[in-house]
Amino acid sequence: MSNRRTFLTALASAAGMASVSAVVRAQTPRDVVLTNVSYDPTRELYRALNDAFAKQWQADTGQKVTIRTSHGGSGKQARSVIDGLEADVVTLALAGDIDAIARESKRLPENWQSRLPNNASPYTSTIVFVVRKGNPKSIKDWPDLAKEGVSVVTPNPKTSGGARWNYLAAWAYELDRTRNDKAGGDQAAARKFVEAIYRNVPVLDSGARGSTTTFAQRAVGDVLVAWENEAFLTLQEFGADKFEIVVPGFSILAEPPVSLVDQVVDKRGTRKVAEAYLEFLYTPAAQKIIAKNFYRPSKPDSADPADLARFPKIRLVTVDQAFGGWAKAQADHFAEGGTFDQIYKPGAKPVTR
Amino acid sequence: MSVAALRGWTPSIAKPSVLPGFGLTFGFAVSYLSLIVLIPLAVLVWRASALGIDGIWRVATTPRVLAALQVSFFISAAAATVNVVFGAIVAWVLVRYDFPGKRIFDAAVDLPFALPTAVAGIALASLYATNGWIGALFAPWGIKIAFTPLGIFIALVFIGLPFVVRTVQPVLQDFEREVEEASATLGAGRGQTVFRVVLPALVPALLTGGALAFARAVGEYGSVIFIAGNMPFVSEIAPLLIVTRLEEFDYAGASAIATVMLVISFAALLAINSIQAFSRRRFGHA
Amino acid sequence: MPDGVFGEGRLVRWTLIALAVGFLVLFLVLPLLAVFTEALRRGAEAFSASFDDADTQAAIRLTLLVAAIAVPLNLVFGLSAAWAIAKFEFPGKSVLISLIDLPFSVSPVVSGLVYVLLFGAKGLLGPLVDDWDFKIIFAVPGIVLATIFVTFPFIAREVIPLMQEQGTADEEAALTLGASGFRTFLTVTLPNVRWALLYGVLLCNARAMGEFGAVSVVSGHIRGLTNTMPLQVEILYNEYNFVAAFAVASLLAGLALVTLGAKSLLEWRHGDSLSPARRH
Repeated sequence: MSNRRTFLTALASAAGMASVSAVVRAQTPRDVVLTNVSYDPTRELYRALNDAFAKQWQADTGQKVTIRTSHGGSGKQARSVIDGLEADVVTLALAGDIDAIARESKRLPENWQSRLPNNASPYTSTIVFVVRKGNPKSIKDWPDLAKEGVSVVTPNPKTSGGARWNYLAAWAYELDRTRNDKAGGDQAAARKFVEAIYRNVPVLDSGARGSTTTFAQRAVGDVLVAWENEAFLTLQEFGADKFEIVVPGFSILAEPPVSLVDQVVDKRGTRKVAEAYLEFLYTPAAQKIIAKNFYRPSKPDSADPADLARFPKIRLVTVDQAFGGWAKAQADHFAEGGTFDQIYKPGAKPVTR
Repeated sequence: MSVAALRGWTPSIAKPSVLPGFGLTFGFAVSYLSLIVLIPLAVLVWRASALGIDGIWRVATTPRVLAALQVSFFISAAAATVNVVFGAIVAWVLVRYDFPGKRIFDAAVDLPFALPTAVAGIALASLYATNGWIGALFAPWGIKIAFTPLGIFIALVFIGLPFVVRTVQPVLQDFEREVEEASATLGAGRGQTVFRVVLPALVPALLTGGALAFARAVGEYGSVIFIAGNMPFVSEIAPLLIVTRLEEFDYAGASAIATVMLVISFAALLAINSIQAFSRRRFGHA
Repeated sequence: MPDGVFGEGRLVRWTLIALAVGFLVLFLVLPLLAVFTEALRRGAEAFSASFDDADTQAAIRLTLLVAAIAVPLNLVFGLSAAWAIAKFEFPGKSVLISLIDLPFSVSPVVSGLVYVLLFGAKGLLGPLVDDWDFKIIFAVPGIVLATIFVTFPFIAREVIPLMQEQGTADEEAALTLGASGFRTFLTVTLPNVRWALLYGVLLCNARAMGEFGAVSVVSGHIRGLTNTMPLQVEILYNEYNFVAAFAVASLLAGLALVTLGAKSLLEWRHGDSLSPARRH
């Protein structure tokens, strides 16, 4: 009776799929599910934030909200959203990636960044270095990364947002250093400098967390160029007895923004919850959590002073100041054939480990 | 069409038969095969061909891709060789000898088949890391296993382990002891008998098993990426490079590398089939 | 075991056994032990706490669902193909058999890639899928498809050689006695291959639940939604949550051991009813 068996199998499969999709789409009208597509290192941060928001939303409205997150390199995540990954909100590493979503998929308006305070960034961060305890290679500042015999771990700018912040921070450092030689800094010198650094890079992971794993767990490299929050997390996870943070004198102000994905929230009917979720990120409760997780809160008054005291004082420059904005920076450096493609030649020089 | 009418009717492509159902089963099987396997694979080749043969060649011969293919190729070959040698020993021991726990070991040989690759990956990574059970034994000598090509080698030996053993076992089992006894009565020492009478009969099975292990190793992803260093030119395997290109949304590049890997796989398959056909003709069994 | 010219000396014998057992312990037993040791490193409480996590539970459910769809579909296919191949003569039979074995020789990553190329937004059928508003890539259907691809040959290749060996005599006898085609299949053919079928189902299921590479490529890695157990293991591992990662891994390892046990049982008790390659 293969016909009957086939029929029964098909029926069972259909029933199975139907029941699961029912479960997934919220069993009762009182339950709602949001999808937050985020960048790589924010796993722990959003676990804490989502818990807090769910509690608050339940208390305020009686509705149960579950927030599902996806993490990966910011560029890669943006491309996935463009390709159809259904996100209610995106919380990525840089404005350029959300701009790309707006431009290429039209799922959100081009003026998204003005819809929330502080350029739609509830938290900021910067770029620092992590070295092994004792700092055997004496890494003190950016020029040490370009020295011969130093192995540098940083992610792939084609997929990772943090990687692009790292790249631009290095470039901006050299521009700043040469600001008296040429108006706005010597671009050619900056390019040479960044090229020298990338010659010391043995492997490009696809996201910031991957690089942290490569440096801390697989013991590759002498210095990890990382998000400040990731650096603190490394010390917490792997032990402050194994690693230390080296703060350069100069770095870039990284502003990871957040946004609704209008087309998705309207289709799924989740606009109200999603808007409340993003607004929640600016509330005192959330800013406290943000500071606790090593991100610099945009509204520091609400945060615990002890957490704030951990952040080192660094001279910071913004992407607008140094590079004329993300659109220009992305086009100049990270687009197909941009400066990164021109300078990164893997295997051009023997790797030292 | 009623069942009675279907009975005894077969489409003209098949020889007439009393049994019914050819149209239905053959049709379903071929449709399912096309939908799930053939059409998607065709799309891959079509996508890659958008680059043109020279385009594919150009992608395939960029230094990084060549290096990844080399890493995959050579380490897989080394692992397959180790599996041929030790697989032969294991098969021999399992067929010819008795010892406590033999049945359990026999069953365990299939573990790499049944164990998910990600589980194998993290298990091997933690075993061979510098603070793992085995890694710690080598660490004092400065030998790093995890996150080096050596780690990839270990993972690929694990993956290919059952192939040689399971291919050789049936052949060894069916081997006629009379031949060995005849050889002994003719004055050959035991070593001579084993190496000049038994082993040659096992060669096709050994080759087939080795080729299967090789083909599986070249495409392996899950168990390798946790223990490999994933460093281009040193410990980056070809499947990882495909994933990297995909994450950069370089579909053309990913397709090109995937096509090259498909070609390698098919070549291995062809080799296996030829060995089996040759062996069937020469020895009467695969 | 005869010694001397008819057998190896005791020294040789035990050396070989030691080598073989040592090799197997090193490569098979130790990794398995490592999984369970790491899972229980912080005690039984931490172990069971790993399964309280909603994302992990969702991953387990998704894995079961995917297997529940992939295995029956491949079962129907395997039986169909086996019937057509074993009971009839037609040109191109060996080509068909080789084609069925294709997914075995394709890297798991490529298996996932082909579906992205077909159903992804920039894929061949991408715009069509978008119009229907039916998500395939980055959603559960994509995972199911990729899993079906990877486990495609398992059942077919257990059943086909056996049915070929058994020939058509039994079925023809049943037909002459007046049974319909379907009844013949159900009451004559199926019982003849039931152990091989079970064997294939076991292998197919183990692989379906454990597939990593192919699923990793098509999944959106959305926690709680498009993560299967192997993907969840990777996520937990990358978040330094080693106990949880190994706890989930130990579930999968346990499944592997059950599969191995059931497989061995089938081979010992019903070895003659399995496909020719399995009898050892």
